[in-house]
Amino acid sequence: MTDATGVTGAGGRTRRKFDWLHFLEAYALVAALLVLMAVFGMLKPAAFLSWANISTMLGSQAVLVVLTLALIIPLTAGDFDLSVASMATLSAMILAVLNAEGGWPLWAAMLVALGAGIVTGVVNAAFILYFRIHSLIVTLGTGTFIQGVVFWISGSMTISGLSDGLTEYVIITRLFGIPLAFYYALGLCVLLWYVFEYTTPGRRLLFVGRGREVARLSGIRVERVRFAALISSGFLSAAGGMLYAGTIGAADPLSGQTFLLPAFAAAFLGATAVYPGRFNPFGSLVAVYFLIVGITGLTILGIQTFVQNLFYGGALVIAVALSQLVRNREQQDFS
Amino acid sequence: MTPDLNPVRTAPAHAGAAPGGSVPPESAALAIHGLSKRFGGALALDAVDLDIAEGEVHGLLGQNGSGKSTLIKILAGFHAPEPGARVTLHGADVPLPIPPGAARRMGLAFVHQHLAMLPSLSVLENLRLWRFSTERRWRIDWRREQAQARETFARFGLDIDPRARLADLSQVERALVAIVRAFEDLRAGNASGTARGILILDEPTPFLPSAGVDQLFSLVRDVVREGASVIFVSHDVDEIMEITDRATVLRDGKVAGTLETAQSSADDFVEMIIGRKVELFQAWPHDAAAEPVTVRVEGLSGGMVKDLSLDLHRGEILGLTGLLGSGFDELPYLLYGARPVAAGRLDLPSGSFDLRRMAPPAAIAAGIALLPSDRLFAAGVGSLSVADNVTLPVLGEFLSGLGLDWGGIRGRARDLGDRYDVRPNRADLLLSALSGGNQQKVLMAKWLQTDPVLLLLDEPTQGVDVGARQRLFQALGEAAQGGTTIVVASTDAEQLAQICDRVLVFARGRIVQELTGGQVTKEIITEQCLRSIGVEAIRTKEAARA
Repeated sequence: MTDATGVTGAGGRTRRKFDWLHFLEAYALVAALLVLMAVFGMLKPAAFLSWANISTMLGSQAVLVVLTLALIIPLTAGDFDLSVASMATLSAMILAVLNAEGGWPLWAAMLVALGAGIVTGVVNAAFILYFRIHSLIVTLGTGTFIQGVVFWISGSMTISGLSDGLTEYVIITRLFGIPLAFYYALGLCVLLWYVFEYTTPGRRLLFVGRGREVARLSGIRVERVRFAALISSGFLSAAGGMLYAGTIGAADPLSGQTFLLPAFAAAFLGATAVYPGRFNPFGSLVAVYFLIVGITGLTILGIQTFVQNLFYGGALVIAVALSQLVRNREQQDFS
Repeated sequence: MTPDLNPVRTAPAHAGAAPGGSVPPESAALAIHGLSKRFGGALALDAVDLDIAEGEVHGLLGQNGSGKSTLIKILAGFHAPEPGARVTLHGADVPLPIPPGAARRMGLAFVHQHLAMLPSLSVLENLRLWRFSTERRWRIDWRREQAQARETFARFGLDIDPRARLADLSQVERALVAIVRAFEDLRAGNASGTARGILILDEPTPFLPSAGVDQLFSLVRDVVREGASVIFVSHDVDEIMEITDRATVLRDGKVAGTLETAQSSADDFVEMIIGRKVELFQAWPHDAAAEPVTVRVEGLSGGMVKDLSLDLHRGEILGLTGLLGSGFDELPYLLYGARPVAAGRLDLPSGSFDLRRMAPPAAIAAGIALLPSDRLFAAGVGSLSVADNVTLPVLGEFLSGLGLDWGGIRGRARDLGDRYDVRPNRADLLLSALSGGNQQKVLMAKWLQTDPVLLLLDEPTQGVDVGARQRLFQALGEAAQGGTTIVVASTDAEQLAQICDRVLVFARGRIVQELTGGQVTKEIITEQCLRSIGVEAIRTKEAARA
């Protein structure tokens, strides 16, 4: 569990020694991140270790952190949500259409965007739970559908001209030199960690994902928990989309989709860290920045952009393979 | 293995292999000689001799753990027997261990209890499953296959459409298709085109209604007429009496004897299965338990269970038993709202509940707890820690202003571990890392800490070693003393005899026998289970007449 030291009961209560193996397993990814930074730092100290570069990485990828966090909620409950990236794109586009084109106040547009996220969650959950269709299929469909809506309302054009307030509070204002976006992601991370570890809904979520039948027979309303998880991911994806619009100051109908695979890669890679074998917020945070450091470093070294796909795709498969090793290669059950 | 106290009946004339390990009789379709199998330290089969005559239906009986299934699994090639055994099929030696998958080719076809069929495929596809998966043929001529299947069904007088989806067939029809498939496989394996071979039916009847059993038996007779021999494995003496020519009884891994069915009574079989002369059972004086009735079930129907009513006393331990498929093991899940209920009421001190609307959360709130038999699928999560598992129903107790108190949760897990002697008692260990017995202690503690009014258990000691079993019984005794009413569904007569105040025997979803006081013994429980189907049939007939 969380602490590496424990107390054994049953007679003489002795403190066990610090469990190095457990510690190593939990923080290997953190170590790998530091090693990666050191390597790029040595190869290109001026470009890579500059504060500008570091703060850009931290700020600009807050979107990916939020989407990954949105994703691990249904994943913990045993459901996939492939619609997170499209939902984020739609949310950004709703902001742009309503605020930049329609002249709505920012707050009203934000409410509509978040509402759209909740509606997406409800639609996903309804199909998955009522018709008992695998989440992979439902969210693949709704994700594509949403992408179609994005093209429709945007006329397949990038829309800029969002109120300054948004970029102001997302990327321009800095605290300790880092854009606010990073702190939003960090705050969400802490919030989710608290919910996962220190609240009863968090425990129920975990039991629903690990043993549906056990959860049901232990009195957990399994369907309700899965419903809530899917709505949360829709809502948080919408929030991620608003960060994205704030980060680039506009909404384009295509680039949001590229977050889907990195988010999955980070979620699974994150499940090998901090709380190994479990989707967890801080593991996800570390995983996102591990991926970002890798790609940024390679880009600075002058390697072409196709390496992004190599890196994300490879990381997803290798991360899942690693997490399977942690689980002794048991059959995966995502039903 | 100590010999039994009472003399074993000697087998009639031609049963068993000739003494001295000589060549089996010429007429034997299958002859087994000196077959043993050791699992760890225990002999599951001890020098078993068995011969099946050509064109015979041969019964194979015995209690759980008597070695029936081990014998069948050796014939199917799942287990390797100890060296020294000899098996011949139509006079030809069979290589031992039997190579996996070779059994069919040599003329042994199996119909297992769960039929090994794919419900979502068509009857025809199921029928050809084995051939399609092993034959080296490229193209499938569906029209020809279909015509052949129709012809086969017609030959046995079965009205089954080969194009139908298997799932749309009744349970009986599915069993019939499985038997026809085994028969076809025998025929396909034979160059002569005859069905000479051994068809092994491993308890095919428990889930069938009685009319279906008749239909199945008539098909078995037809199959024998076509030249096959049949081994019929069953728990049910009445069925053995009806369908077999001879039957062999296994007890503690040894052949207890072989009986000529026509010359034996059901009592002869029961006696041989249990291993001693049982006292004839008399009507029981109803034991009016001194404690007040706290739990009352009225008119419960659901699954196999039909119109069941029941009074339970405070602190009573009630056993539910019966043969497989009799419905006794469904009752805990029905009362808990874990499976759909058609009708029924449950009265508890906390109120009266319509069982049709019962669900696990409401059951827990009403003071009911359920410990399912499937330990790592339904009872606990193996990939989470002991502390996670054990505190799931009481998490609310550990909520403070700051969230869950993990120190308190681990402390509770350790305390419960101490109390129920979980070894090793480490709260952060994964549940799956514990032995079966210790897992069960943890899962029992999970519910006992909630101090339930009614504790429902399904096979609580399956795969639990002897020591842990005693500790679990002790825990149950303590809970009963504290006023918890306990219901134990189990096929383990010894366990029921040890812990229960009262035992109910089920057949086809109804209570057919109530055992109380001095009747709660291993022998009587086993005997009543074996007789249960007959009792139910008589009662049904009486009811029809009335």
